[in-house]
Amino acid sequence: MNITQLPFIKEIYGFLGHDLVAAVIGILIILVFVPLNSAFLVWVERKVAGHIQLRPGPMEVGPHGILQTLIDAVKLMSKEMITPKLADKFLFWLAPIVIIIPAIVCFVVIPFSPLMQVREMNVGILLIFSFSSLTVLSILMAGWASNNKYALIGAVRAVAQNVAYEIPLLLSTMSIIIMTNSFKMSEITAAQSPVWFIVYQPVAAIIFFISTTAETNRAPFDLVEAESELVSGFHTEYTGMRFALFFLAEYTNMFIAASMGAVLFFGGWHGPFFPGLIWFVVKVYALIFVIIWVRWTFPRLRFDQLMNFAWKVMIPVALLNLMITAIVLKAL
Amino acid sequence: MIAITDIISPVLVARGAFWLMVTITLTGALLAVVPRNIVHNILGLALAMFGITGIYLYLGSQFVAMMQLLIYVGAICMTYIFAIMLSPPLELELPKRRKAKVITAFFVSLVTFIVMAQMILSYKWAPVTSLSRDWSIETIGQQLLTRYFLVFELISLLLAIAIIGAIMIAGLVRRKN
Repeated sequence: MNITQLPFIKEIYGFLGHDLVAAVIGILIILVFVPLNSAFLVWVERKVAGHIQLRPGPMEVGPHGILQTLIDAVKLMSKEMITPKLADKFLFWLAPIVIIIPAIVCFVVIPFSPLMQVREMNVGILLIFSFSSLTVLSILMAGWASNNKYALIGAVRAVAQNVAYEIPLLLSTMSIIIMTNSFKMSEITAAQSPVWFIVYQPVAAIIFFISTTAETNRAPFDLVEAESELVSGFHTEYTGMRFALFFLAEYTNMFIAASMGAVLFFGGWHGPFFPGLIWFVVKVYALIFVIIWVRWTFPRLRFDQLMNFAWKVMIPVALLNLMITAIVLKAL
Repeated sequence: MIAITDIISPVLVARGAFWLMVTITLTGALLAVVPRNIVHNILGLALAMFGITGIYLYLGSQFVAMMQLLIYVGAICMTYIFAIMLSPPLELELPKRRKAKVITAFFVSLVTFIVMAQMILSYKWAPVTSLSRDWSIETIGQQLLTRYFLVFELISLLLAIAIIGAIMIAGLVRRKN
């Protein structure tokens, strides 16, 4: 058999031949964007939290404290990385690396504008889902390898929560997929040119929003790192740059969740007057603002409430929504 | 103009990618069986599944590859972890490895390996230069709900029975306590 005729080889060489420069530029942009975006989001989070609680938030470094997180990042980088004596050394070292890779891979298929997408894939949405499911694995690694009660409880909660909320998340996305007949991010965006999908699928949008909040372990679903009871959950034992990687991953996952929300329900880069990139970024940051707003407004749920809500409310409603979508599409 | 194929030979890349995936899969499989630490076993299994994802990508089926990752790494390994949470903690003394059990397990896997190898070797693999059919997501879905409908339904029945069985066992244990 001629091994060079494999589709995979053709793809790699096509990639190297024509799109190599585009790919290198795209990857560079992602690698620069991920830390900067996280730094910005941490600042936004602290500012929004401050204003909600009627205080100014960070004000010292730069105008309105905008450079605060950069200084914090420098501090984190120069800190000592401590490994607990009884920790599983290899897994303790591996966990922060495993958590950041899927967060970066997911950027490959996100369409920032009609032209700005590193790679269009037939399985775009599925790529994001399958790689973000690796995050739980790394949380478990971190929590278990730390050999610390708080970390382990945090990790165990993360696994239970993620298994529960991944199902309604996928089901709510499926109702969009059967409307567009495509997993391609660009085709889903193109299908929303006159009307956004949130108009047709408001229930799916709400389920999607709640599930992604739970999947990214944000309040009111942040039992994974509940500060008041678990110190800081699965990354209790992490210091310095390793801790920073967990932080980076959390905010990057938030960005990816928000951009999926924008692509699926808010028309992606569609919008009047301004270029697509501006619309996309505005929509994504607006969604992130809502996530932060929710965090500083609602109290944390109890764990049994969280699981009951997922299995007894979210999944049945998502299934019903999917069924109604299918029936309506068939009837039309 | 120098083509990229002159600099890096496609055969080398294909061979390299294939053996990389095979190495990852086999390393993961060994890690899943050999160490005594059960969390290492699960992570080894996840690594093996990841390697298989790579093999699907190598064969050009992106959809099946993503499903492999989503279902096997994202869901099945997670369910195993659930089972581990119910197992005794690691600080306690591990039950000793019984020689008889190890030998039986080795024997069973050897027989399975021989049977499967025999099956694979006895089939006359014809060299294919292009895909025989359009294996897109639509084709897979169509085939699942027409030609392989019975198998598909039987598998779901099997899963349903497994779930009911698990609930029954859990319920019985709880009632005893």
